[in-house]
Amino acid sequence: MSKLGRVSKTLSDNFDEDLLLQEPMSVWKRTFKRLWSRRSGKIGLLLIGFIFLIAFTAPIIAPYDPQEVLIGKEIVKLKKREGPCIHMLGCDSAKPQHLMGIDGNYRDQYSRIIYGSRISLSIGFSTVAFAVTGGVLLGALAAFFGGWIDNIIMRLMDVILGFPSLLLAIAIVAVLGPGIRNALLAIAIVTLPAYARLTRASVLTVKELDFVKASITLGASPTRLLLFRILPNSLTPVVVLATLGIATAILDAAGLSFLGLGAQPPMPEWGTMLGSERNQVFSAPHLVFFPGIAIMITVLSFNLFGDGLRDALDPRLND
Amino acid sequence: MSTHPIQLEVNNLTTCFRTSTGNVTAVDDISFSLKKGETLCIVGESGCGKSVSALSIMGLLPPSGYVKSGSANFHNDNLLSMSSSQLERLRGNRISMIFQDPGSSLNPVMRIGDQVSEIFKIHLHMSKKESERKTLEMLRQVEIPDPESRMLAYPHELSGGMAQRVMIAMALVCSPDILIADEPTTALDVTIQSQILNLMIQMQSKTETAILLITHDLGVVAEMANNVLVMYCGQIVEYGDVKTVFNSPVHPYTKALMQSIPIIGEKTKRLDAIPGRVPSLNLLPPGCRFEKRCSEKNTNITSDCQEKIPPIFNLNDNHGSRCWLEKED
Amino acid sequence: MVTFVLARLIPGDPCKAMLGEKATIEVCEKFDKRFGLDKPISTQFFLYSKRVIVGDFGNSIRFSRPVTQILVERFPVTIELALGGLVVAIIVGVFLGIVSALKHNTSVDVGTMVLANIGISMPVFWLGLMLAYLFGLLLKDTIFWLPPSGRLTAGLSSIPFFEVWGWDVVSGTAKSRVLEFFANHYIFNALITGNWEIFKDAIRHMILPVIALSTIPMAIIARMTRSSLLEVLGRDYIRTARAKGIKNTNVVTKHALRNAMLPVVTILGLQMGGLLSGAVLTETVFGLAGVGRMLVEAIYARDYPIIQTFTVMVAVAYMLINLIVDISYGFLDPRVRLE
Repeated sequence: MSKLGRVSKTLSDNFDEDLLLQEPMSVWKRTFKRLWSRRSGKIGLLLIGFIFLIAFTAPIIAPYDPQEVLIGKEIVKLKKREGPCIHMLGCDSAKPQHLMGIDGNYRDQYSRIIYGSRISLSIGFSTVAFAVTGGVLLGALAAFFGGWIDNIIMRLMDVILGFPSLLLAIAIVAVLGPGIRNALLAIAIVTLPAYARLTRASVLTVKELDFVKASITLGASPTRLLLFRILPNSLTPVVVLATLGIATAILDAAGLSFLGLGAQPPMPEWGTMLGSERNQVFSAPHLVFFPGIAIMITVLSFNLFGDGLRDALDPRLND
Repeated sequence: MSTHPIQLEVNNLTTCFRTSTGNVTAVDDISFSLKKGETLCIVGESGCGKSVSALSIMGLLPPSGYVKSGSANFHNDNLLSMSSSQLERLRGNRISMIFQDPGSSLNPVMRIGDQVSEIFKIHLHMSKKESERKTLEMLRQVEIPDPESRMLAYPHELSGGMAQRVMIAMALVCSPDILIADEPTTALDVTIQSQILNLMIQMQSKTETAILLITHDLGVVAEMANNVLVMYCGQIVEYGDVKTVFNSPVHPYTKALMQSIPIIGEKTKRLDAIPGRVPSLNLLPPGCRFEKRCSEKNTNITSDCQEKIPPIFNLNDNHGSRCWLEKED
Repeated sequence: MVTFVLARLIPGDPCKAMLGEKATIEVCEKFDKRFGLDKPISTQFFLYSKRVIVGDFGNSIRFSRPVTQILVERFPVTIELALGGLVVAIIVGVFLGIVSALKHNTSVDVGTMVLANIGISMPVFWLGLMLAYLFGLLLKDTIFWLPPSGRLTAGLSSIPFFEVWGWDVVSGTAKSRVLEFFANHYIFNALITGNWEIFKDAIRHMILPVIALSTIPMAIIARMTRSSLLEVLGRDYIRTARAKGIKNTNVVTKHALRNAMLPVVTILGLQMGGLLSGAVLTETVFGLAGVGRMLVEAIYARDYPIIQTFTVMVAVAYMLINLIVDISYGFLDPRVRLE
């Protein structure tokens, strides 16, 4: 059994049959309470909320349009790649305030960072949505039907997993051409197998549990069974993986954009912003620092939330 | 080997656990003494505090547990106030302990032989060669077949009975003064059970080790014990010579226990279970903890039963019961 | 075969990519002929396989040099980087994980875990750039200064060991390739030829990239070690070990660690993939001419031979590593051996 197989085996070994027999809704309520009481989950959730808030209110809080080029529009002549000018910290109030400085195209970086949150969040969610749907579907099909379907699907997953993820993503983007949509697809494809494996392991475990066999003897139809009983209960590890997957997706997308293979300029994606200014790091460090911090905080929030979620959902931690 | 008649004297031992809902007292003021060559059984239901008592004495409580008060004197030295290095010298050496599930109590990635021989190396300072030789002897003594090849085996390759023999071998390497056995046969088949118990009796006769045996199985008590301590809800409710306690129990709980044992040969209609449930350690009553399930409540004394915890009344030299009914007016 | 198909799938004409959009049809025809691109795909594959078996991976379209030569020049950098990253990640990660577990719930534990969480959230290229800025610029005139790019300071060059020792090596042969491969590990080369100056210089250039690359795996390993050790310490057999009177330090080192390391070894295989991916980004940031960067550039230029070979190499390396991890797992955990 490969490593992922072992990991998913341990995750599904921890299934409490009592937990499975409960109605899905009450499990969620209890989980939320437990999540809230733990420090990491709380901070993660708060941070995520904060970032969402920024993303939603971007048009209101950003002082400038992210694509707006500012040459000639200001009273005072601006230097290209000028550092931050914060009035509260002593910058001359005659100069216009640019909290994070000006980038290489005379745009206000602060606004770009704010708008970038929208892009990153949508990248994270769409990639994971795609990967989870595809992965869960494939995994469930493989586990439920077994036989050659199982074999083919799993071989395919193995092929994808046989390559380091980012490199394969780079290769896929190379085939499809650079651009944010292709980057998203590439990342989704590369992360899909993990969900497939996990779902397959969960479904296999649940399939063998007595209550499933009992339901079948009582005449329940297999598809109904799959959709309404087995899947909802096997999904908890998937949810945890998905949350952490959002973090990974954002990081990978930033990496691809950094290399020029993902979001293209003038899109204010944080990775792209970092990538286009990387040779200027010595003269304009603020153009590298701020996008990177933004990435880090966003990824951190999802990681913390995912950790908290994992701890909260762990059936072994029953008080 | 020591010449003290009393090997272990426990006085007013109280152990608590820190939980998310506050501190819980698992062991409440127990006292007993263990003599050389004697087998003392602590018997009681799951959760009554018998294992925790043993762990407290050995200093092996989990991080959330702590000894609140009391002493455990081994040859006039209080184990509970010793430093960890002092305790480490005694454990496995003068005081040994074996546990309930032998399969999970052995290190899965180490060979059996190594796990036994390391005791020789640590406490008796023997060389590698000598430890291995002695290990072989020890394995033979506990009647493990084909010890030469067994030595190289891993724990998962052993059956439950075999693994428990290995545990016993490890415990008796240094001919300890005291052997504490925490439910040694609970996880084993009944047939293996008696083998293991016999083995323990045999080894005891050779080394005059005092055994503190913890169990919930009254059959085991009957077979092994010289003296018995009955525990309920963290407290000792009766103690005494095994024959006396079994044949003429005094405390209502002990009586109910004895009555619930089905006797082979006698026809019974139903099993006599004790009605009610053990109170939760979070919600202990102010008075006697067995009161609600007690069938011998006397209307004269009932109020005391509910309001005050009875002390242990000593009935004669070696018999006592924690019950208001024993109070002499 | 997968790599062949994948590489060929890349749309776009290598001819145009190399020579520019304005290249005429005739020029392209000549170009194609030269590189055997005019023959049908199946023939191409056949010829390719024939040559691969012999070890000939063809010539790079971009550089007009044998791919193997380029491999020989570039692989060692990536190996030095990845190996260094791995070693640092394991040593520091395991150490921090153990310390955290032993001081469970103290400020050391909490602090380390916070740092670990931050560590896994950092983009590796950002970290690299920040480190380069910090050590390359801000600390410029101090003893802490570290070179922000390249493998050796300009003007210095590494002399291959076989030249230093006066061996007679004909260039272009398989033997020379192998020797060059080893010699291109500058650090190793300098070590065995006793060239102290180059040794120190090469290491100094590697410090920042290795730190940047190792941070994420280090954090993951630290977290894994900590949770695994904490779990193992709560197990029954540790209680038995204590009951045998074994000193606490020995309980941890001799009994607990051997069990706790098993899951960590498991994830090491997975980490290698991350290390290789991270190598691409790190090489780009620090201007190191390694396999990772080469791959990205080759994809841009549609340089098929390079893409194929490198992809094959990477996939093979990845598979080998996972195989090694699987085998060592069986070695460490006797319960798995009988399978």
